[in-house]
Amino acid sequence: MKIKEIAELVGGEIVGAPSDDEYEVVKAFASDLMSDVLRFSMDETVLITGLCNNQTMRTSEMADLRVVLIGRDKQPDAEMLELAEDSGITIIKSKYSIFKISGILYAAGIQPLY
Amino acid sequence: MHYTFDIERGNFTDAGQASSSVKRTLKQLGVDPANIKRTVVALFEAEINAVAHAYGGKIDVDIDGEKIVMVVADEGPGIPNLDLAMQEGWSTASAKVREMGYGAGMGLPNIKKNTDDLKIDTKVGVGTTVTMTVYLT
Ligand SMILES: Nc1ncnc2c1ncn2[C@@H]1O[C@H](COP(=O)(O)OP(=O)(O)O)[C@@H](O)[C@H]1O
Ligand SMILES: [Mg+2]
Repeated sequence: MKIKEIAELVGGEIVGAPSDDEYEVVKAFASDLMSDVLRFSMDETVLITGLCNNQTMRTSEMADLRVVLIGRDKQPDAEMLELAEDSGITIIKSKYSIFKISGILYAAGIQPLY
Repeated sequence: MHYTFDIERGNFTDAGQASSSVKRTLKQLGVDPANIKRTVVALFEAEINAVAHAYGGKIDVDIDGEKIVMVVADEGPGIPNLDLAMQEGWSTASAKVREMGYGAGMGLPNIKKNTDDLKIDTKVGVGTTVTMTVYLT
């Protein structure tokens, strides 16, 4: 699924690095614990999280994530957006809860990591 | 090649900067993505630990064609029981550290998993030095 389709499904807004229209998202992982994100391969994966700070971006950078979906209507600050742009990470921000976002994407065919 | 970075005490805003800069360097050097990932994941977890559990310190990274050696040395409380600290899920992280998204107790086990060699020298009341080696072949 394309990044823009995901954004549409969760009523989201795209910020951070511009979305790569070629990038295909196959899987999703939901976590507020950054060390857990670093335990798995994040290939073709969108991270769904309610953690909205610099460490969300640093962790995503280390994990080779290309797209991060921030739920619960959290607002990334200017520094976070700059980190996202520097490391080429697209942020989708959504007002929905993590549970709702996960349900919508699962129903639309996005796979769990495990 | 040798690189040095300072880790500032209590600075959670900038924590991870050194790992980010090492990641860029490894990319420029043309190291393969799988080795870059395990190297920076290990370094990042060690860098975060030096901010989260100690009072900052210093990172030294040496890269040659064969291996990457990373030394993260902090001044801090040290680790009283290393066997316990190496267990998945064991954490003494503060509320502030948890707020930043850490404190799952998965850092040290994941460092072990991602590196080919791990050595931890720690002295209670003095500090901790984590030496990690990744072989590139
Ligand atoms: N550099 C350090 N200085 C002091 N204690 C540390 C250090 N690194 C790790 N520890 C101790 O080991 C525990 C486990 O570390 P880790 O596996 O990275 O999990 P976490 O950082 O999530 O707590 C920490 O909670 C802390 O008690
Ligand atoms: Mg840790």
